[in-house]
Amino acid sequence: MVLLIQYTLLFASVLILVALGGCFSEHSGVINLGLEGIMVMGALGGALTLKYISPSTPAILIVLAVILAAVVSGVVYSVLLAVACINLKADQTLVGTALNMLAAAAATVIVKSINMAENPDNVSSTVQYTQTKKALVVPIGSFQFNWFMLVALIALILAYVVLYKTRFGLRLMACGEHPQAADSVGINVYTMRWAGVLISGMLAGIGGIVYITAGVSEWKFEVGVAGFGFLALAVMIFGQWKPINIGLAAILFGFFRALSNVYSGFDFLAALNIPGSVYNMMPYIISLIVLAFTSSNSRAPKAEGIPYDKGSR
Amino acid sequence: MGSSDNSKNSFLAKPAVQSILAAILCIIIGLFVGYIALLIINPKGATEAIITILKNYFTYPTKAAAMKYLGNTLVKAAPLLMCALSIQFCYQAGLFNIGAAGQYVAGAGAALFGALSLKLPWIVCLLAALIAGGVFGIIVGLLKSYLNVNEVISGIMLNWIGLYTVNMLLSGVKETASPYTVQVASVNESALLPSLGLEKLFSNNKYVTIAIPLAILVAILIKVILSKTVFGYEIKATGMAKDAAKYSGMKEKRNVIITLFIGGALAGIGAAFLFLSGYEQWSVTQSSVPSMGFNGIAATFLGGLDPIGTIFASYFIQHITSGGSYLDKNIYPSQISDFISAIIIYLCGFVLFFKLYLNNYLRNRQERAKERKEGGKR
Repeated sequence: MVLLIQYTLLFASVLILVALGGCFSEHSGVINLGLEGIMVMGALGGALTLKYISPSTPAILIVLAVILAAVVSGVVYSVLLAVACINLKADQTLVGTALNMLAAAAATVIVKSINMAENPDNVSSTVQYTQTKKALVVPIGSFQFNWFMLVALIALILAYVVLYKTRFGLRLMACGEHPQAADSVGINVYTMRWAGVLISGMLAGIGGIVYITAGVSEWKFEVGVAGFGFLALAVMIFGQWKPINIGLAAILFGFFRALSNVYSGFDFLAALNIPGSVYNMMPYIISLIVLAFTSSNSRAPKAEGIPYDKGSR
Repeated sequence: MGSSDNSKNSFLAKPAVQSILAAILCIIIGLFVGYIALLIINPKGATEAIITILKNYFTYPTKAAAMKYLGNTLVKAAPLLMCALSIQFCYQAGLFNIGAAGQYVAGAGAALFGALSLKLPWIVCLLAALIAGGVFGIIVGLLKSYLNVNEVISGIMLNWIGLYTVNMLLSGVKETASPYTVQVASVNESALLPSLGLEKLFSNNKYVTIAIPLAILVAILIKVILSKTVFGYEIKATGMAKDAAKYSGMKEKRNVIITLFIGGALAGIGAAFLFLSGYEQWSVTQSSVPSMGFNGIAATFLGGLDPIGTIFASYFIQHITSGGSYLDKNIYPSQISDFISAIIIYLCGFVLFFKLYLNNYLRNRQERAKERKEGGKR
């Protein structure tokens, strides 16, 4: 039971971080379908930090270094989306998809090359970080508290404050609702959209490293992040682009994702003898159902997905 | 002098020429970035490695062997073309069918289940794949047109649902010692696609079947539907301006659903083209969605969103993907080909910008030339 709560909170943290990332980007008017790819890049940055940092470093420094690395990788990678979608007015769906594929391929190539350079017989796509990974968790009884849970909570509160209580947040949202109006009162729409995309890169980057370190085993970079970036988008839609609702939605989705990790530990679930694939499918099925019920009255930012062109009316 | 300038202008101004130029530019930049990546990994063999990727089957010294492996590349290019057409057809209606990957998975599941478990002949298996892929497409279409669910997100969800369902479905017909499904040829030979003697052209490569010419025929058919029929016109109108299409009496909801059914069916048939040739077996423990559907996105945009262009683009993408497998596995990861394809798709996002820029440039030059001419007269 403790294990179920632990995994629920952990996967909910991932979803909160990434969905908030999507939320910032969409409020500024850019649909970020590349979240999945940004997660992979953030995960790569974090994982490599875990690999190369000395295990004797104080735990808190390891945590901070990992977060910093994930943030930097995520932000740098999201620049590719910002340039293409904001300045060059490319198709946002196409660019997002390209970034997802690019991240999975690039991360696999990088990890494999590093492994092969160390040992020509090692052609796996995993990063070794068993020792340093222990720094991320603090055992409280049988519950493994993970620092990233705290990070997600802070991000959630900050997102609420920034979006609704600051000048920056309100201006950001104006750019996603009616960019022409925002521009007419002197807000630079391009700058705001850049800010939205870079913030989403930052949050999704952290989400990526949380996701791959959540499980027990080491992560294979070949598989990317298994559609989690898109689950986060479903969470965001279910949460109607509002931080608090996103937090609640993330816990619901996190629960179903956690079930697939721990179902065999529950006697009554194991006795039902349902194949593991069914549990694996569960989060995706739930999100389809949820989307079907929530999308028709969605409160999506009105101008999202439309490149802003100063000259058009 | 002036007349040759003008003819050059009008040549560059043709949309087809611009698309081809843009595609070639994307390929060159993509390969260049790939080459840089190879240089970073290991500078010594990088030049040889990029040549290996480009040569693909030409690395074989004899013509017979090269033809045989050309056959293998074509066997995989056919399903890729089908996935690319699936995405393209939907894109014309303004729908981004990223669910093609899942529709492909559904088709693979239906085709293999029909062939291995129910022991059906190939034509029935092909039909089953068509329907399975189509049903996956219809789900996306219904969700999109009646419940306003974004087709990209529902498509991705269905990709994973499809993957796990097919893994479960096919676990009954797998080899006892491996996670792979049993060979189609060993259980039910009637399920193999007929070759009609095509294999003789490719040094008796038994995987070469009617799938290859059929895929090309389908591409031509799609071209005709889109450019010559009322249905094709309605689809394109829905893609360009949904509300205008609705206002002028087109049933846009129905069109969305039919479009996604056709898209799904195309991807499903694509899977049958591969798995009913016996070239590949399905691994029931695979934990990621096959990349065929995603590579289709690369092929369709590289092909300039034109079915005929896509034939060549699909071949090219498969050519470098197959070429990647000839790399020295202890120095370079074969995923470098996926990396190059991904760069190419990313660059395709700039194609519109490129065309706009080119057209502006041409217009300016023409105006300048005109001014010069008039000035000379005076």
